[in-house]
Amino acid sequence: MEGDLAHIGAGLAAIGSGAAAIGVGNVAGNFLSGALRNPSAAASQTATLFIGIAFAEALGIFAFLVSLLLMFAV
Amino acid sequence: MATEPLTEEVAGSCVDSYGSAIGMPQLCFDWFPNQIFWLVITLVVIFLVLSRVALPRIAAILAERQGTITNDLAAAEDLKAKAVEAEEAYNKALADARAEAQRIAAEARAEIQAGLDDAIAKADAEIAAKAAESEKAIAEIRAGALESIQVVAKDTAAELVTALGGEADAKAIASAVDAQSKG
Amino acid sequence: MATETTAAEGSSLVFHPMDQFIVKPLFGGEIAWYTPTNVTLWLFLAIAAIFALLVLSTSKRAIVPTRMQSVAELAYGFIYKMLEDICGKEGVKYFPYVMTLFMFIVCANFLGMIPMSFTTTSHFAVTIPLALSVFLTVTVLGFVKNGAGFLGLFWVSSAPLALRPVLAIIELISYFVRPVSHSIRLAGNVMAGHAVIKVFAGFAAIAAISPVSVLAITAMYGLEVLVSFIQAYVFTILTCVYLKDALHPSH
Repeated sequence: MEGDLAHIGAGLAAIGSGAAAIGVGNVAGNFLSGALRNPSAAASQTATLFIGIAFAEALGIFAFLVSLLLMFAV
Repeated sequence: MATEPLTEEVAGSCVDSYGSAIGMPQLCFDWFPNQIFWLVITLVVIFLVLSRVALPRIAAILAERQGTITNDLAAAEDLKAKAVEAEEAYNKALADARAEAQRIAAEARAEIQAGLDDAIAKADAEIAAKAAESEKAIAEIRAGALESIQVVAKDTAAELVTALGGEADAKAIASAVDAQSKG
Repeated sequence: MATETTAAEGSSLVFHPMDQFIVKPLFGGEIAWYTPTNVTLWLFLAIAAIFALLVLSTSKRAIVPTRMQSVAELAYGFIYKMLEDICGKEGVKYFPYVMTLFMFIVCANFLGMIPMSFTTTSHFAVTIPLALSVFLTVTVLGFVKNGAGFLGLFWVSSAPLALRPVLAIIELISYFVRPVSHSIRLAGNVMAGHAVIKVFAGFAAIAAISPVSVLAITAMYGLEVLVSFIQAYVFTILTCVYLKDALHPSH
């Protein structure tokens, strides 16, 4: 029974991956709209884009990790 | 995919007797010292290889290439200047040659013109002489013809007079024929 | 009927997505700290890959590069430019260190993409020392270079005075979370991709959906190749950003 609850919790934690997807989409979409307005400045900002995506992605990975911990480690 | 139960020492606190992971292998702290030990060795080796051999060598290659490119660009600049010079010289030579050719052509034309004029003058003179000669000959012929006409006329007149039964008076006939032919 | 099929599927569908991460000794025996394991094997293969890429390929020192040599030069230029752009001229001194991190992570990630291989960078035991080394380097370097001025990193002088202590606490927390997120991001991304591929591979046991499963594995593989590179790039660029904090702590 406790294991079942942990599995439910893991599923709930996996929602965080979807939230991270929204975040990454936000970053990339806003970058694209900015880049299309001012394409000459876009190339210099790709590093920032990747840092932003990495930060947004990391939180999704944390959710995934919590999910994994609930599945396998609890 | 259950395999044979593992009775070996592989099974431990992190791996069950079937060789499957218990929980997350990433969180098996029994393995941490091993992984960290080999990681440190790996990183030290990579660092030494990179800092001693690879990076200086790549930096040298890049610098050398940069130098070669700079030299080549300078050489190309030189060659370009030379090419411009050569083109100018060529253009000058071309202009000279054209002027020379025009001069020669003009000379030739003048020469030919002179020769032509001479020839025309000579031909004109010859034609004039021939024309005069011919006129003379025609005048002579015409004079000859007139004389013969008078002779024939006198003879005919004399014959006519005798045929008619008269006495032919040569003087009278001659004066009459002369008067008629002048008429 | 339905229960039977589910039972049958239940027996054939066995997911062991985490089994690929098990550390095994190469020659048997207990795993002590010095035992050669599959970790050792794949770490040494990473060394071999880096050696082949950066040393063997450049051994001719060709002015007109061969294919491999231009890859090596590209990697060199890529990291050098990144470091110079972010840290400025003073940062170039730490180029071998940053290059070591980048080459190791990128090679280990790509070696992990080989089927049946062992992915060293999916282990926290590998990424935490990497992140901790960056963290300690940055902290020590910050204090050595700037003395107590390094603490100015936490004291946001452009903010209103009343807000500064609050901001200082937030900055301090975010500073100490750095190695955590730095390491878990890398290991988590790599582990997640490999585990997902393994789960799809488990679905391939059912004949009806195995084509979909194979397609999904292919798609995930492509994504993972991308992630392998991007995570190495992100790890390196964050290292550069942290180094910049140590070199120029003022905001």
